[in-house]
Amino acid sequence: MRFLRVDMNGLKAVVEEVPEKYRQLAGRGLTSRLVCDEVPATAHPLGPKAKLFIAPGAVAGTSAPSSARVSVGGKSPLTWGIKEANAGTPVAQYLARLGLKAIIIEGEPKEPGKYWTLVVTKDGAEFVPADEQTGKGLYEVYRGLKERHPTAGFIACGPAAEARMAMAGVCFSDTDGRPSRYSGRGGLGAVMAAKGLKLIVVDPAGTSPVVATNQELFKAGQAKLVEAILTHGVTKPGGTLNTYGTAALINALNEAGGLPTRNFSSGRFEGAAKISGERMAEIVKERGGVGMMGQGCHPGCTIRCSNIYPKPDGTELVSCIEYESDWALGANCGIDDLDAIAEMIWHCNDLGIDTIECGVTIGVAMEAGLKKFGDAAGALALIDEIRKNTALGRILGQGAAFTGRAFGVVRVPTVKGQGMPAYEPRAVKGIGVTYITSPMGADHTAGYTIAPEILAVGGKADPLSPAGKADLSGAFQDTTAFIDMSGYCLFIAFPILDIASGFEGMVETVNAVLGTSFAAGDVAKFGGEIVKWERQFNRAAGMTAAHDRPPEFMRYEKCPPHNQVYDVTDEDLDRIAGV
Amino acid sequence: MVKVHVYLYASLRQFHAGAGSADGAEAEAPDGTSIAGLYALLGIPAEEVKQAFINGRQRDPNYLLRDGDRVGVFPPIAGG
Repeated sequence: MRFLRVDMNGLKAVVEEVPEKYRQLAGRGLTSRLVCDEVPATAHPLGPKAKLFIAPGAVAGTSAPSSARVSVGGKSPLTWGIKEANAGTPVAQYLARLGLKAIIIEGEPKEPGKYWTLVVTKDGAEFVPADEQTGKGLYEVYRGLKERHPTAGFIACGPAAEARMAMAGVCFSDTDGRPSRYSGRGGLGAVMAAKGLKLIVVDPAGTSPVVATNQELFKAGQAKLVEAILTHGVTKPGGTLNTYGTAALINALNEAGGLPTRNFSSGRFEGAAKISGERMAEIVKERGGVGMMGQGCHPGCTIRCSNIYPKPDGTELVSCIEYESDWALGANCGIDDLDAIAEMIWHCNDLGIDTIECGVTIGVAMEAGLKKFGDAAGALALIDEIRKNTALGRILGQGAAFTGRAFGVVRVPTVKGQGMPAYEPRAVKGIGVTYITSPMGADHTAGYTIAPEILAVGGKADPLSPAGKADLSGAFQDTTAFIDMSGYCLFIAFPILDIASGFEGMVETVNAVLGTSFAAGDVAKFGGEIVKWERQFNRAAGMTAAHDRPPEFMRYEKCPPHNQVYDVTDEDLDRIAGV
Repeated sequence: MVKVHVYLYASLRQFHAGAGSADGAEAEAPDGTSIAGLYALLGIPAEEVKQAFINGRQRDPNYLLRDGDRVGVFPPIAGG
């Protein structure tokens, strides 16, 4: 395995042997270590000292199930702290097959406004000008690329990144070459654009799947993990993820009173049924055509939670509608029209922006009175401001916290400047600890305590009680950091939290590839190390305990229907977030 | 008798047309009926149920229903 070090100043891409200290790292473990080692904590995220790291997870490219995750790391222009955002995409497999442990992008481009494409094949890497793609929406860009590079996958930043917007993500192609798989959070797309790098074409032609060093151990672990995924209620074929997609959670969080509605002013949305996964599956069936539930985000996924949402005439509107996007642009904006939500997601994908940050920002803009809650056309008009790069669009493009400041809004649901995802912390206290204490800013994936708090997976915990939630979140955050290193989709956590042999299988496959000797009990310990590096980076970047706090309004404003405030104590938060 | 409003979600919707619709359905049950008793009344196979929320709170199958309760019933679900 090698690093591909890309110098955007000299337009050189050099293959390096991986130094010993990085050989047993991958995915988030590797990107976060590299950020700590190579990016000064006080660097401007868009400046010459900033870097971007792209690293497939440990088992990506092997025959392990649901394992095509790739991590993107850097310093975030949204939070100004460390950032890792990962995506499920065939590109993760392609990078691993090419023997690349990471792509490291560095250096200040010589010509401001000039963008390049890096074409990576088994024979090396070369630069070509990206003039043709610059300024264009990603659907058009990817269509053209797929024709020219039929066997390749793509990594790109969109027009919003070119405008240096802090909600710009790094976009990966899906199995059909769509611009739909995002390392969306934290503005890493803008970091890529600031390097003058528009596109990376990753062509695995002539390569073979990755074979683990210890194939016997790998096969044993793989069998255990496959068995767990195929038997667990939520991940089995025909289970809810497969049948209704991740948006099956809309009704669940709504019943639990934890579905943030109209900019986090309520935990219940009267229009929930209309934007639910159940309704989506009905529409897909009614409209037929290309619509489908149960699509995989990469070859070899056994869970297949993605979807293609059709227009009334059966042609494609967008792929895919995830729970988070559905909620952010739906319930959070008071919008109950699935077609309008799908259209907004299409625009987000085309512009290269994070659907969560976009929806939270529109919610704040509605709170400010720019549009009325429930106004789908108005929400689309705000996204159009981003597309047109107007003064208002540039404010919105910087995210919810920036927009809240620009318009004097008090109810701004962000932590460390990052918009909160689709779970109301006052109704689900543990996920609140994750939002507040994760080094990533408000991020549900950093420690998904929703599993025991709402889904009764991995044990049970009362969502409304603050007791024990700091420790619960801390344990989840540590374990998650390991899974984010493994290359496995985080959704394998559902079966392996309940089925011990599945957990062992996950660890064994990682050991078989990395040459490590982790025991099941080491997972949280090593993951905790990764989180510690990240917290240390944030401290060095100037973050303090004051950044590990909920938005103030959640401390005093009661959220219906449970009419609770956020009551996990500062002491508990500090205990988890301290370094 | 107690009157409750029942919503069935995801794969459970197939077991009762009314409760499985977007608007849910009113159901009447004798005083002292538990959640598990309600499943039997509505013909919902208990082994298909993962959990129920009553007025937004997770409750055990032996919880006794009260007049006016909102009941949301789920099979195993996940997402994120």
